[in-house]
Amino acid sequence: MSRYKDTPLIFELETCHEGSRYIRPLDVPKPDFAEWFGDAYREGKPNIPDVDEISVVRHFTNLSAKNYHVEVGTYPLGSCTMKYNPKVNEDMAALTGFAATHPMQPDETVQGNLELLYHLEKLLNDVTGMAAYTFQPAAGAHGELAGILLIRAYHEDRGDTKRDTIIVPDAAHGTNPATAAMAGYKVREIKSNEFGTVDLESLEAALGDDVAGLMLTNPNTLGLYDGNIEKITRMVHDCGGLCYYDGANLNAILMHARPGDMGFDCVHWNVHKTLSTPHGGGGPGAGPVGCNKLLEPYLPRPVVAKKDDMYYLDFDRPKSFGMIRSFVGTFGVLVRTYAYMLSNGAKGLYEVSEGAVANSTYLRERLKDYYNIPFDTPSMHEFVMTGEWQKKESGCNTLDIVKRLIDYGFHPPTVYFPLVVQEAIMIEPTETETWRDLDALADAFIKIAEEAKEDPELLKGAPRYTPIARPDETAAARDPILAG
Amino acid sequence: MYGYLPMGREERRRMLASVGVDLDKLFDMIPECDRCKVSEFEALPAEGMKELEVVERIQALADKNLNTVDYDCYLGAGYYDHYQPAAVKHLIGRSEFLTSYTPYQAEISQGTLQAYFEWQSYITRLTGLPVANAGLYDAASGAAEAVLLACRDKRRYKVFVSAGLHPESLETLQTYCHAADIEVVVGEIDENGQQTVYPDDSKEYACFMIQSPNYFGIVEDLDLLVEKAHGVDALAVVSSDPVSLAMLKRPGDAGVDIAIGEAQSLGIPTSYGGPGIGYMAVTNKLMRKMPGRICGQTVDRDGKTCYVLTIQAREQHIRRERATSNICTSQALMATAATIWLALQGGSGLLDVAEQSAAKAIYLQKKLTEKGHFRLVYDKPYFREFLIEAKEGVDLEKLNKDLLEENIIGGLIVDGSKLLIAVTEKKTKEQLDRYAEAMLRLCDAQGGK
Repeated sequence: MSRYKDTPLIFELETCHEGSRYIRPLDVPKPDFAEWFGDAYREGKPNIPDVDEISVVRHFTNLSAKNYHVEVGTYPLGSCTMKYNPKVNEDMAALTGFAATHPMQPDETVQGNLELLYHLEKLLNDVTGMAAYTFQPAAGAHGELAGILLIRAYHEDRGDTKRDTIIVPDAAHGTNPATAAMAGYKVREIKSNEFGTVDLESLEAALGDDVAGLMLTNPNTLGLYDGNIEKITRMVHDCGGLCYYDGANLNAILMHARPGDMGFDCVHWNVHKTLSTPHGGGGPGAGPVGCNKLLEPYLPRPVVAKKDDMYYLDFDRPKSFGMIRSFVGTFGVLVRTYAYMLSNGAKGLYEVSEGAVANSTYLRERLKDYYNIPFDTPSMHEFVMTGEWQKKESGCNTLDIVKRLIDYGFHPPTVYFPLVVQEAIMIEPTETETWRDLDALADAFIKIAEEAKEDPELLKGAPRYTPIARPDETAAARDPILAG
Repeated sequence: MYGYLPMGREERRRMLASVGVDLDKLFDMIPECDRCKVSEFEALPAEGMKELEVVERIQALADKNLNTVDYDCYLGAGYYDHYQPAAVKHLIGRSEFLTSYTPYQAEISQGTLQAYFEWQSYITRLTGLPVANAGLYDAASGAAEAVLLACRDKRRYKVFVSAGLHPESLETLQTYCHAADIEVVVGEIDENGQQTVYPDDSKEYACFMIQSPNYFGIVEDLDLLVEKAHGVDALAVVSSDPVSLAMLKRPGDAGVDIAIGEAQSLGIPTSYGGPGIGYMAVTNKLMRKMPGRICGQTVDRDGKTCYVLTIQAREQHIRRERATSNICTSQALMATAATIWLALQGGSGLLDVAEQSAAKAIYLQKKLTEKGHFRLVYDKPYFREFLIEAKEGVDLEKLNKDLLEENIIGGLIVDGSKLLIAVTEKKTKEQLDRYAEAMLRLCDAQGGK
């Protein structure tokens, strides 16, 4: 018997019940709704099956059993920073005093929420070298959008309307060019040099008075720190552009270097990466965006402010570019963030990054004789190796290698990204793995490299012990079935 | 050893030494000039706190708030306090859902993927539209994504949006449209609080968008929206609360092209405004232009039914600057929470919640207006929220402050002179009677005419 139960869709589990099991019987008169709503009324029960509670609980528990997650093992997904999420943070976010507050409550009734956000802003300022933060963005890409809209608002406010281009490196996440386009900009891509960092000549050639700004992450998606960073931000500033720091890789540099000191004007955090809030299978996250004094007037409204001893939401922001979602932000996620910042302090955050870089470096050193590492310079919190040797020797490609890793009980790394590297395998172990965990992962990778030579079918046939294997993605996209 | 790190510096040093790397040189790639030189920070303490200290500190902050368990709260305006059965919290608290990433590796993510698929299925059943995505951040950014989608489809850059939209959705939509160089025409609602006047002069609009029930709680005429929009070759877009769709005409049945909305109302705690979950459903024709993740059913190599992320050629990681949106991480766990809520309530439970909310809102409104202390601003059918005006001379700020003394968080003051009051199934008759009695008494005490 398979250890995984079949899980038909919830719609196939229909049983009978009358009304809600969970709420008290109606204790006021029931109006004639057909008369009340008139033409807008829809008679009868919605097309949603009634299912008994134990069947629902078993259904979702059986579904959950089919997921890999951080609490069963290493999740070395490059650029995703899948670190352990401390349990206490969950309890803090669930406190009634927070979870049962309404976004429209008057400021004087939510002083605890506002004080938390006010203090969190100061903590984030300290770590990034910024002057102010907005908590509105709901995730990383949303934070990118807020950052680029800040830059746009700044140029517009100065009447500098000829700037219609954002520069993005070729190794950047797809969200960077997509964000620039959403913010109404053209995208100009610049090349990486032979060390995998920004090619200064390519940057020089891309600069001009049509450039609104640059989007960059440092270290970049190859895990490489760009030693020219201050020069790069100065070059962009000299031509009148501003610099946006993509915080996807902040886990590498906490308390070691700060985007503000590198010359960046604004920055976003993926708190669901760097600051340990759980990823939830694709959110909710939060993407607070910090900026310097220059950009502060343009932050989305409201911002959290303090007058005398009272905290309040300041909507009176004449130069604000507006809102990018409703209410103040993903508050429940920010409570977890705050708890994490408090538990670490400056020294703890320093060690977080030291641990992240040490773990990644250790893995890289253990694997460098078995897999091709395209850039032979020290990397930080993540590194990129490739499946090229295996592909040449045995015909097993990167996908086969990482699917085999599943057989050994690990989540695969990020693959085929960044696009500038063929057969890329991008590994980010994070600081919350032990030496023992790292050795187990390295041993598995080394074993797979041997298997590729001796028995390639082991790789091509992987994974073997999963609920399903190698789904037909082409068929899924060609004739989509999107609902049941 | 700090916080939740499993290794101390000495072990880290030994580990690195075993592969010939010196811990002290680990960050040598950062030039001296870039190094963080600050050692004393404005707010960040040098040392971290122990767990017990963190708990005490944060509990103290939570205790400074007035919460909606201890206080009887009548706020809505886009976020509604419906009951969440205990099982929801327990199921989404499972690490398998909580601590997994976006399901890129289908073999070890079938749990999340099938949950996405079931969420999409529920949304199509509620909206009557055939295609839904795996969720968006919230209703406000969803409204923005909906008009961007309409403009992509129609290749026109002008949209008509009702003033009945939540003001924060409207402002968000305007932010996105400004960036995308899309002109936004805001339509005024009529004396009944409804959008009845639409542009009918030209085919220059990509879409007409309304909210129903609108910001003031009033149910809008979807048939009229569709007739007017399609009459000038524009798409019909509606933002709807999903609980209301248990008893109101579904957008898809009226011929609407894009339905979006905030699904926080499906039992997700209000949590000061987030996390919630936006939904989006569209016609088949618009499927490949939608933003966000989409999960599809397929088969694996052995022919077994399974689920994968699909139609990804729309998305930023493939299409980069030509993607339909930059959205990546969204609100997956909240979609799962809403999915489990719907599974537990079932159709009859959802209907019960919707009917009780509406019945209790109507009961309360009658109590407030029957003796002339308050007047209903718009005398049209509303769902679970209504707008009233007090007699002349009544200071609503003072009224709400006095209510706080009686452990009641009153309705939302709109335009200084009106109150927007929301009621859910959680209210008892006794609570409603007490709130109405206090409102009338405080109104009399202020001597309004």
